[in-house]
Amino acid sequence: MTLKTDHLAGGQFYIRVQDALANAPIRANFRKAMDGLMHKRATALEDTQERESLRELAANVRLRALARLPELLIQLEKKCQSQGIQVHWAQDAQQACEQVLAICQQRQARTVIKGKSMVSEEMELNHFLAEAGIEALESDLGEYIVQLAQETPSHIIMPAIHKNTQQISQLMHEKTGTQLSHDVAYLTECARQQLRERFQQADIGLSGVNFAVAETGTLCLVENEGNGRLTTSVPSCHIAVMGIEKVVEHLEDVTPLLSLLTRSATGQAITTYFNMISRPRQPDEKDGPEVVHLILVDNGRAHLYQDPELRDTLRCIRCGACMNHCPVYTRIGGHAYGTTYPGPIGKILMPHLTGFANNAALPSASTLCGACAEVCPVKIPIPDILVRLRREAVNGDQINPSVMAEKGFKRTWKEALAWQLWAYLAQRPRLYQIATKIARLGHYWMPQSLGAWTQVRTAPRPAAKSLSQLRRDAEKSL
Amino acid sequence: MSARDTILQRLFDGRTEALGETQAQVPASQFHVLAQVKMSLPARLQAFQQAMAKVEGEVIVLTRAQWPQKMAAWLADHTQAQRILVPPAHHVLGQALAPLWQGQWGHTWQVRTYDAPIETWQAELFNEVDLAITSTRAGIAQTGSLVLWPTPEEPRLMSLVPPIHVAILDSQRLYNTFYEVLQVEAWAQQGMPTNALLISGPSKTADIEQTLAYGVHGPKRLIVFVLVDEEMAEVCDAP
Ligand code: SF4
Repeated sequence: MTLKTDHLAGGQFYIRVQDALANAPIRANFRKAMDGLMHKRATALEDTQERESLRELAANVRLRALARLPELLIQLEKKCQSQGIQVHWAQDAQQACEQVLAICQQRQARTVIKGKSMVSEEMELNHFLAEAGIEALESDLGEYIVQLAQETPSHIIMPAIHKNTQQISQLMHEKTGTQLSHDVAYLTECARQQLRERFQQADIGLSGVNFAVAETGTLCLVENEGNGRLTTSVPSCHIAVMGIEKVVEHLEDVTPLLSLLTRSATGQAITTYFNMISRPRQPDEKDGPEVVHLILVDNGRAHLYQDPELRDTLRCIRCGACMNHCPVYTRIGGHAYGTTYPGPIGKILMPHLTGFANNAALPSASTLCGACAEVCPVKIPIPDILVRLRREAVNGDQINPSVMAEKGFKRTWKEALAWQLWAYLAQRPRLYQIATKIARLGHYWMPQSLGAWTQVRTAPRPAAKSLSQLRRDAEKSL
Repeated sequence: MSARDTILQRLFDGRTEALGETQAQVPASQFHVLAQVKMSLPARLQAFQQAMAKVEGEVIVLTRAQWPQKMAAWLADHTQAQRILVPPAHHVLGQALAPLWQGQWGHTWQVRTYDAPIETWQAELFNEVDLAITSTRAGIAQTGSLVLWPTPEEPRLMSLVPPIHVAILDSQRLYNTFYEVLQVEAWAQQGMPTNALLISGPSKTADIEQTLAYGVHGPKRLIVFVLVDEEMAEVCDAP
């Protein structure tokens, strides 16, 4: 059965969903990976009391940071500058890309080696730099694979999760001449050799930031491979790009976040490397970048910040647990969303980054089962926010302002008229009674098929007796 | 208006509630769940070893007496390393290892120090050094982590580029949690170094179908020698 979805105004999304659902290897790859990840998280957080205390703490740490967001950003900027880090602000992806390019040009850079950065994905930086004749090379193994395949990441923590070993072996064979082998150790070693060369030649290293500490002006990076450390230590210039929400107040604030980030994401007690950077190379030091730039990227976040309920979206520490546990994500995979951030967090974040109408289908593509909110380490009430976005999509309120730039984009004249009619009747009891009577008598002529609604449901019918009728009957029988 | 001012303006404007009000609504951060983790030294050591073992980190416990010789003997038996990078003689660890590179213990290793800026010998570091020995600032039992603050004597790439990283950890500096390290050593108050690191095992990845592989970009092996007092030796079964 093909589902009718035009009414959902997310055409492309549903086409991709159909494709993904019909793609058996994709479904198998995701099912296997997500089952594994859910199990690992559960094992790493089996002490429920500890887990809940930590989540409470982590949520409060993020709430406190967001409550003082502008002050903390100013403090971070000041502190970083005093330590020799150059700070830039970018209102949107385009501006951030231009700032990276300006630094490249100033240094006459030809190649940029990249550590994992979701914000740079959001900026579509690689593409932008390529057009300017600068090569941007991903060094995280998953990102490297995805780049070889000319794809985008399908998961925020494990970018190449949609591929199995066989597909990766084939890809590396075609693109880099490695032997066809299902030996993961061999494939990993090949990538190591290929990238080690590149690290030494790169002019600039570009990374993301997991947490930025305002109090000490410290950029924290969480990773397992060591590519993040190489990226931020070998080239003579390091550019860090971060979303403005990533700042925390105190150094100690990172401890619960780090602990929950790695355990929620992959079930690890900690990642191999936790890298804290506070300044460029000092005169007596023998390695590290001579120049460090920090680009603070807004790209819709400050706008979103203006709504106290939606603001909770900014608590996210990008652990990916919500997608790992999402029944929709597991079945359709990351690419079906067609967004930088897939899964539950993508559904509540993307409308602010790339437009509400552009992401029309996302808030509705959920069963509201609540699995995401249950596992989220910073307790973001994702289902509540989804419901709020659904409401905003048909919001016809002319009086109360809403931060959603395209609020009500889904509202049709029929819907508006229906509500107006209802409001009119509801204010006139006699008319209302007459109308309900007509509806009851007329229910035989009600259409059986009501578009998409009746594809999986029977059409609703007015009850034989109205509520006031029932009440009157009850009073009579007393 | 600059991008900076626009963004900040938007954030300030967006916070329609008074600042005090917003902050008052945020419940206090209760760090108790982290502060309460307190283990005895043997328990800390055990936790450290277990956590390291989970990620294929190798932990060898040594008593302090003549530990450099014992370490050298162990490395000779358990690695194929030929070219070794150590801290210079004016560094505490470098001094302890000096007899090693003076050939006094009968090893034929080629030993060098990180004595010049990376630009002048990058290819050698990347292609020829087999093993680097560094000190550590502290250890963390709960997560099996080493705390490093790279210095001019022990720069950042020493613990990252050579295929084997050997780290020396004094058991007296083994803390319970990262939180405890930050509290006791008062990092925020004393100011952060250029680069501070937590290292928990050899470099690894699971990016190919969730299959764990070690040594992707950083060291393939991490060997930690933990130095303990004689009394502890029996508990830990140290050579
Ligand atoms: S919304 Fe929560 S669960 Fe999802 S990525 Fe962000 S922090 Fe993790």
